[in-house]
Amino acid sequence: MFAAPQAAAETAAVALKSGWFLDNAWIIPVIPAVAFALIILFGKKLPMKGSELGVLSMVASLVLAGGAAFQWIDRVNSASEGQYIEPVIRTWNWWQSGGIDLSIGQHMDGLSLTVLVVVAFISTLVQVYSLEYLRGDRRYTHFFASLTLFSAGMMNMVIADNMIQLILGWEIMGLCSFLLIGHWWEDKANSRAALKAFFTTRTGDIGLLAGTSILFFSANSWTRENLGVSGFSIRGLSAWALSGSPGSVAITAGAFALFAACIGKSGQFPLHTWLPDAMAGPTPVSSLLHSSTMVVAGVFLVARLFPVFYEGMNIYGSSMNFITLIGGITIIIAALLAFVQDDIKKVLAYSTVSQLGYMMMGLGAGAWLPAVFHIFTHAFFKACLFLAAGSVSHSGSHHSFDMKKDMGGLRKYMPVTFGTWVISTLALCGVFPLSGFFSKDEIIDNVGYAGYDIFMIVGLVGAFMTAAYMTRATYLTFFGEPRGVLAGGHHEEEHHDVHDAHASDHGGHETHASHGPHESNALITVPLVILATLAVGAGLLNAVPFGEKWENMKKWVEPRPVVVGDVDRAAIGELRGFRTADTLPPDTVAITEVIATEDTVVAGEEVVSPDTNMAPAPLMATVAPVEGGEEATAYAYGEGHSTEAGGYGDSHSSVCGKKTPEVGVCHAPYVKHAPFKWSKAALSTAIVFLGIVLSWLVSVQLYTRKRGLVVGLTKRNRLLAAGHGFLVNKYYLDHLYEKVIVRGVAHPIAKGAYWVNQNILDGVVNGAGHGTKGIARWVYRNVDQRVVDGAVNGSGTVARGAGGALRPVQSGKVNQYGALLFAAAAVAGLVLIIINT
Amino acid sequence: MLVNQFLILAAVLFCIGVYGVIARRNAVMVLMSIELILNSVNLNLIAFALRNGSADGHVFALYIIAVAAAEVGVGLALVLLVYRNRKSIGLEELSEMKG
Repeated sequence: MFAAPQAAAETAAVALKSGWFLDNAWIIPVIPAVAFALIILFGKKLPMKGSELGVLSMVASLVLAGGAAFQWIDRVNSASEGQYIEPVIRTWNWWQSGGIDLSIGQHMDGLSLTVLVVVAFISTLVQVYSLEYLRGDRRYTHFFASLTLFSAGMMNMVIADNMIQLILGWEIMGLCSFLLIGHWWEDKANSRAALKAFFTTRTGDIGLLAGTSILFFSANSWTRENLGVSGFSIRGLSAWALSGSPGSVAITAGAFALFAACIGKSGQFPLHTWLPDAMAGPTPVSSLLHSSTMVVAGVFLVARLFPVFYEGMNIYGSSMNFITLIGGITIIIAALLAFVQDDIKKVLAYSTVSQLGYMMMGLGAGAWLPAVFHIFTHAFFKACLFLAAGSVSHSGSHHSFDMKKDMGGLRKYMPVTFGTWVISTLALCGVFPLSGFFSKDEIIDNVGYAGYDIFMIVGLVGAFMTAAYMTRATYLTFFGEPRGVLAGGHHEEEHHDVHDAHASDHGGHETHASHGPHESNALITVPLVILATLAVGAGLLNAVPFGEKWENMKKWVEPRPVVVGDVDRAAIGELRGFRTADTLPPDTVAITEVIATEDTVVAGEEVVSPDTNMAPAPLMATVAPVEGGEEATAYAYGEGHSTEAGGYGDSHSSVCGKKTPEVGVCHAPYVKHAPFKWSKAALSTAIVFLGIVLSWLVSVQLYTRKRGLVVGLTKRNRLLAAGHGFLVNKYYLDHLYEKVIVRGVAHPIAKGAYWVNQNILDGVVNGAGHGTKGIARWVYRNVDQRVVDGAVNGSGTVARGAGGALRPVQSGKVNQYGALLFAAAAVAGLVLIIINT
Repeated sequence: MLVNQFLILAAVLFCIGVYGVIARRNAVMVLMSIELILNSVNLNLIAFALRNGSADGHVFALYIIAVAAAEVGVGLALVLLVYRNRKSIGLEELSEMKG
């Protein structure tokens, strides 16, 4: 009885492996941050104007992130079945204020490493691509500086171990987004788009600050007591949310406030309006910031603090919650808007918004892993699509992004761009062997499995629309007859639309533009090919249909919902003199034994006798110190050996998230996983193909043959015309924001201020004026004329004399005044010293 | 704790600032130099506050920072208006005040 628990503890809590890359992952964001400073300071003097520093720093970050990721996989493999894999956390004190320690540090786990690798990878490729795309730009150095700073900010946010550091990274990204959208700010439309993006996301960011403060003040004392970390700590907040101690109001308010920030940053309805306008920035920026990395920050935040949302939004609790609702609405409205865009980048932008909706919906429905996996796969194919669109405009359509006017038939001229575009499009649509299938289908599947039936239908409809609008864009760009500048064969100088502003900067570009469309050079095509390859292959990292062996992401990334007797908690317990393992009553020790025998899946708490439950909580955690007190002890968890569908959630009533843990703490709630069924996959694939085929037929009729039923339908049918107008005007949301809300708030204030000014202030002033006038008249006659004038005249004479003498000093030169001032001060100082000594 | 290193640093900053105010012809540079002077004073205040263990110096420094911000705001507004009128911010041309 007493020998068994020791052996059990040894198998349960194996020492987790780590390594240099993982321990020092904090260096990863530091490298681009330093590179940013160097580019800003010395960039213009370098042979490649600072771009080499940007690219090199990204490559270095990528290497380090890759190393860290491999060591993390090693760490996961070194853990025993069902053991909680402690994230690699290191913190340093940053500053202190009013007794609150603010730390800075790293919180490395599967999620942060996934996003870190994606950011480093896409950033590297995009920087390489930009070498060619922005060649000869007037602010080339600044562009690379901002791009590098952006990567530093995103990586900082991703590895952040506490909310303050996360906000820091979040805001750096906001700033860089502003700088890069407005990169060609000479064009009024671009600077307006930059401002719009900034203000819109700021509107949401208020929620970030509010949510962080709410959570901090509600969680701080709990986390201090139980984990020894502040209420900003992400680990602390997660454990707190699942501990059962937070009040429902606090955590719900906190979750809603944080989600407002996610809505703003991740372009969710109703704050999605900034994202399509952000396409005013250079294409590499759209590709990096506004599709694959920065905009997933909101999704990342939800995934990072998932326990908070899990509790606060009551995920799995009902058939609808706020996150799924917003995500679902976003999927549909964005996909609808994508149909009426003529600008190729805007189609992709709305597609991004729609895909972000999928991720949010997945998270809201508790499909944590598919959503995170979708971040991963989406980054590759969406970055590829954007870069392909950039390649089209760079070498094919003379810097125009208008599909209807200036594209068409490009597949003959740009085979590589065409190939990568088609592959990524199919991946985005979720066609079977490509990466999008494995992530998007999983989201839809799991959403339905978790009981969110309406949203599964929304997801399927979204998949249909995705396939349809992407086919339309593909057809318009690469098929049919060449149009506009392509057909005309010469460059129309006056054809400058919003995205076109940089055309005139490409001094040497005009010459080769006149050669007509051609394939872009290697700096552009190589990143495209790499990304397209990943768009095909990335899905295999978590290919659920092929069986458990293929679910690597699940193994590496998903935090295990295990009750942990936390290390710090144990230490605190010992410090306070609680009993240690050998003084525990035998009943408690029995728990470990029962769970150690793997096939009996009896939950620990059922064995615990009532009197042990009465003991102070930290006591329970001190089972581990038997072998040094260093290792966390894992209690009940058994997903690995009870894979039959739905079985394990019920048999493990003590699994995190379902119930408050009675011993130790939880760091992650359990999430459901839908069993894979080929019939479901076949259905969604059929829907996708239906979308592609239908859209193809309609596109051929509309854009090439220009006859048939569908042509001019929006003009003939009133209802459709109204719908079309509604979509073209983007649901009038911009009107609502700018004309109604902003004016509605700003106008009454201005009007009220004017009224107060005219009536009250003026009245007071006038009254005072009249009163004063009366007094003044009397004073004038008696005091002024007789007493004062005499004195004044006398002093005037004196002043005139003095003035004449001092006149040369008043040279009118400020510097001389300054010199006089300091000379006088120096003399006064000297005098003081002489007197005092 | 030795206070004199702080004082030396402050003195050096102050001198750089004074040099800037006297020698620079560009209004913005002069404003920046004034900032340097103010901050050297801040350094002194904080150094002494630390040595004496009182919060007065900190409070003063905070006030100075706030006032300095306002002052720069006004100063830059002036410079901007001057620039609009004259298309230059050279101080040597601004001698209308000559008595």
